[in-house]
Amino acid sequence: MSVDATILGAGVAGLATAHELTARGLSVRLIDPAGGPGAHHCSWWAGGMLAPECEGETAEPQVVRLGRDAARWWEAAGAQVTHAGSLVLALGRDRRELDRFARRTERHETLDRAGIAALEPDLSERFDRALHFPTEAHLSPRDALAALRAGLAGKGVEILPEAPHEGRLIDCRGLAARDRLPDLRGVRGEMAVLRTSEVALSRPVRLLHPRHPLYIVPRGGGIHMLGATQIEGDSRGPATLRSVVELLNAAYALHPAFAEAEVLELGADARPAFPDNLPRVVAQDDRIHVNGLFRHGFLMAPALARAVAGQLTGQPTPEVTP
Amino acid sequence: MPTFYGTQVSSRLMLGTAQYPSPSVLAEAFRRSGAGIATVSLRREAAGGGAGQSFWDLIRDLGVPVLPNTAGCHSVREAVTTAQMAREMFGTDWIKLEVIGHADTLQPDPFGLVEAARILSDDGFKVFPYTTQDGILAGRLLDAGCEVLMPWGAPIGTGLGLNDLYGLRTLRAQFPDVPMVIDAGLGLPSQAAAAMELGFDAVLLNTAVAKAGDPAAMAEGFARGLEAGRLAYEADPMEPRDMAAPSTPVLGLAVLE
Repeated sequence: MSVDATILGAGVAGLATAHELTARGLSVRLIDPAGGPGAHHCSWWAGGMLAPECEGETAEPQVVRLGRDAARWWEAAGAQVTHAGSLVLALGRDRRELDRFARRTERHETLDRAGIAALEPDLSERFDRALHFPTEAHLSPRDALAALRAGLAGKGVEILPEAPHEGRLIDCRGLAARDRLPDLRGVRGEMAVLRTSEVALSRPVRLLHPRHPLYIVPRGGGIHMLGATQIEGDSRGPATLRSVVELLNAAYALHPAFAEAEVLELGADARPAFPDNLPRVVAQDDRIHVNGLFRHGFLMAPALARAVAGQLTGQPTPEVTP
Repeated sequence: MPTFYGTQVSSRLMLGTAQYPSPSVLAEAFRRSGAGIATVSLRREAAGGGAGQSFWDLIRDLGVPVLPNTAGCHSVREAVTTAQMAREMFGTDWIKLEVIGHADTLQPDPFGLVEAARILSDDGFKVFPYTTQDGILAGRLLDAGCEVLMPWGAPIGTGLGLNDLYGLRTLRAQFPDVPMVIDAGLGLPSQAAAAMELGFDAVLLNTAVAKAGDPAAMAEGFARGLEAGRLAYEADPMEPRDMAAPSTPVLGLAVLE
């Protein structure tokens, strides 16, 4: 059987592209020398918020527009997506940050204490004002990557450590593609995973802070993922004490009961980003690059995968092509 | 334009490089404002030694002198080590010296600041100390070898403007020949204009631009505010007075019946 496309890299960009191409009837070969989804992919460490509205605070409008379809795509691809919206909060002296955040984002409503209590009872005692983004969703990144992998396996696509390149070459290697994309840079992120039975959140919560903004994404079973630092640099070494202190301190500020939580995991990696922090589909020599997903891997991968599929089937999607 | 340690800069605006939505937006802010110096925080971006190289390449591409800083340092030793790393990394002996005394207010530690300024000056650094409006402290920093002072307008990141006009005016009058940069606390171009009207030589800001909805437009706004304020300072403004003073003579008006 001939192969229409060979995809390099089995992180979120590679898997999403492989899924989209096979869904459109193309045959693909998926190569990743490090194997299937794991700690060597930066998507392994992601938060999994499908939050285009909130990201609109700092991201370019394309991210918001393209990201609004992400939740639907992931669901259709077999991932479990939770449609519970997201909540944005600020502590007393940072309350005006909420006004700024509200001005720069869309599709939100303001909640008072009773409104917060209805959504997140554990937080209503400490907060009397929040922004609620009801259209947003979240997923568990590692489960979602596993779902894509399983779906591909069901169609006979396995992740090969090495294989000849056949058909169109799609390069989804993330930061490793810097050998061919010189303006790609690393932006380091650090995260923590906690388990507690004393606080239960039902949706991603963002805590605005001028220096140490935080988000917490519930994973179910009392497990909460805390993220994420954003430091210019391509270091992929372990999380630093300073970053961990900042993350955990912010969680403690959100709810003191987090002080008793177990720290299950600390992680760090470097996100690939272009100078404008926007993702790109770039045709170059023998290949098409899908890269620069920055902090929007799960939010942007569907739109990029569709753009690649469009190019391969003769219907280019101009808005993600420079 | 002001001269710092014998180097004349091209603008009275100095911009920090942190917290922008993206490096492209940062570059656009520099382009539109014509900012003359870029400050870079070494402490935060240095995770893992050689990391951050491509970000620094982007900063170098801005084409303006780089002023590395010791932001986030809470002790003399930390600040001195960070300054030495910065000298190596950026090939400049300029250093904006921050020794933070309190984690919440980010107020300078005056005692540590003087000590670190002396150590670094003796080591050949050209020190730009982040200080308060205190005149005695300013004198000690000059004794320690500093030839530039960077008094705060208000605590870092507050956007409150010039908090102590009397203190800043006194400081300016006390050391009329020392180049002074208002560093930190500015939120609006009108505040930068006010700093110019007081006779300060430049301003340094970061959050006010980086966190604006349109950072490049805000940077340009600051550049224009600085220009307006400086023109006013050089134009020798009128003295304010209590009583109204008509701008046209009252005597000799024609009396029309």
